[in-house]
Amino acid sequence: MMGIEWLAPVILTVITAATPLVFAAIGELVTEKSGVLNLGVEGMMLVGAVSAFVTATLTGNYILAVAAGALAGMFMAFLFGILTLSLMANQVATGLALTLFGVGLSALIGQDFVGTPVTALAKLNIPGLTDIPFIGPILFGQDALVYLSFVSVAAVSWFLYRTKAGLILRAVGDSHTAAHSIGYSVIGIRYLAVMFGGAMSGVGGAYLSLAYTPMWAENMTAGRGWIALALIVFATWKPGLVLIGAYMFGGITILQLHAQAAGLDLPSQTLSMLPYLATVIVLVLISKDQSRIRKHAPACIGKIFHPAA
Amino acid sequence: MTSKTIASVLGAVAVAGSMLVSANVSAQDKVGFVYVGPIGDHGWTYRHDIGRQAVEKELGDKVKTTYVESVKEGPDSERVIRQMAADGHKIIFTTSFGYMNPTLKVAKQFPNVKFEHATGFKRSANVSTYSGRFYEGRYVVGKIAGKMTKTNVIGYVGSFPIPEVVRGINATALAARSVNPNVEIKVAWVNTWYDPGKEGDAAKALIDQGADIIMQHTDSPAPLQVAEARGVWGVGQASDMHHFAPKAQLTAIIDNWDRYYVARAKAALDGTWKSQDTWAGLKDGMVEMAKFNEAIPADVIKLAEETRDGIINGTIHPFAGPIKKQDGTVAAKEGETLDDGTLLGMDWYVEGVQGKLPK
Repeated sequence: MMGIEWLAPVILTVITAATPLVFAAIGELVTEKSGVLNLGVEGMMLVGAVSAFVTATLTGNYILAVAAGALAGMFMAFLFGILTLSLMANQVATGLALTLFGVGLSALIGQDFVGTPVTALAKLNIPGLTDIPFIGPILFGQDALVYLSFVSVAAVSWFLYRTKAGLILRAVGDSHTAAHSIGYSVIGIRYLAVMFGGAMSGVGGAYLSLAYTPMWAENMTAGRGWIALALIVFATWKPGLVLIGAYMFGGITILQLHAQAAGLDLPSQTLSMLPYLATVIVLVLISKDQSRIRKHAPACIGKIFHPAA
Repeated sequence: MTSKTIASVLGAVAVAGSMLVSANVSAQDKVGFVYVGPIGDHGWTYRHDIGRQAVEKELGDKVKTTYVESVKEGPDSERVIRQMAADGHKIIFTTSFGYMNPTLKVAKQFPNVKFEHATGFKRSANVSTYSGRFYEGRYVVGKIAGKMTKTNVIGYVGSFPIPEVVRGINATALAARSVNPNVEIKVAWVNTWYDPGKEGDAAKALIDQGADIIMQHTDSPAPLQVAEARGVWGVGQASDMHHFAPKAQLTAIIDNWDRYYVARAKAALDGTWKSQDTWAGLKDGMVEMAKFNEAIPADVIKLAEETRDGIINGTIHPFAGPIKKQDGTVAAKEGETLDDGTLLGMDWYVEGVQGKLPK
């Protein structure tokens, strides 16, 4: 009895649940590939979410709103850059502080906007194509940001592994001393990577407040920034796996809700635990093969770069 | 470090920060409030803060109210409560279940300060407890839902499978099936009080499984918003949320602490305060129904109003027999009514609720 009609809505919900994770994780992946660990994803997402929401409410222009989200995230990441790259503060502590700061700052910016509803980001509608049963709404009925998330993953993958600039970025992340000695600006490249990560976190936040749940509520990310960070390790720093991981994570969450709603006799706590359990299991499995991690994990991650005098 | 540890570290720092903000000095008698969420959550904490404002308005210059918001349950809250007590507050309201033990601990050290703990069950000489009979509101909503559903499926977004939440589900089922025996309740547990995304996803899943009425026992307006977007009915939680879903909100179950807070603050100031347990509902105005949606047919509104008035004047009790448990055993015979003790420990579903209650 449960055929395609049942599956389509599940897939649609999974897409919305996974998209913010894809944005945040793919941005942070670039940051980490350059050798910087920014734990402030949650804070950057929140500031991005509130900035996008406020902009959408005030101007009604969603392109501007998403841009505002990206800029706000970038601004947060820039602060992180000043502290960790120029002033050489500890990255872990600064990242935590950035999240803390983001929670407070977003609450402050958004305090007059709590309880203001906003129209959800418009979904694409191509007459003829969107109407195709099953695949129509899934392939041709999403909002622009969903398509952008796929494009981002492809673009990041191409950039990192098919361009010279990507190679340099990875070189900086694997051995900043070597990259520095052959004349690359380690700090400059890392600034760019960190700010790209911030912008993508901001867009992920914008997706939350404009499309996923079109509203602003304090701390509305509810831990998604941390999940994005876990996804990168889960994906062993490979862009394609980040995408798969985000959809798997979203998929298990949504499936367990559907299983419950269908009255299947499954304990909900166990099901809620499943995505995390899956992450741990994959981590254990890949950890057995150290060479796979070494090949993709940036060797200099989290290490402060002191340029030789 | 896991994200949980990081989150709790952040929480601790946040509490330290918020304490600084609330510190102030005043010659007036002080009334303190400790909140679990931000006052802008538009639900639970928001309503408690409206109660605080009522105290300020009613008692005027005689009191000064202070509050600390977003205080994590557990050890962090103890510091906040102790700070307030040491700061010379006459009476302190701690407004979340998880503040129970910290409140009692601090109360022991400050015998002259009065404490009021919401939704708890432990009391002492200077600690009172209070809560609302929110299930009465659910019962009124259940009558409307039973009449309004076309698919005969009510979707219920649950937070945690604790008696407070199970009671609400059962009250809804009993009311809905009393007017429409074909109604089934589908429950999706999200295991959180607040995660707009997940709450919304649960609502979507329930709608996809045929629900055309969404109820929730979580704190964000997200499920209601999903109901609005999908063109089904929803019900506001803790406060009137109609601006999130002008078309979808059938009504809302409003927590109204105003009268209680004013009365207890007054009592603390004039020395008549005594430790007690209050569990008040529609009758005392601690639970209120928001305006009924105009799209509801007149006869259904009439039924809802009669149900509400019946509960107020005592002719209707939501848990009056006959009540059958999900497994078919009898929980209450005709003429019997479940007592408060049974209600407070409710860990079983009534007939008509689908799925198994997680233990």
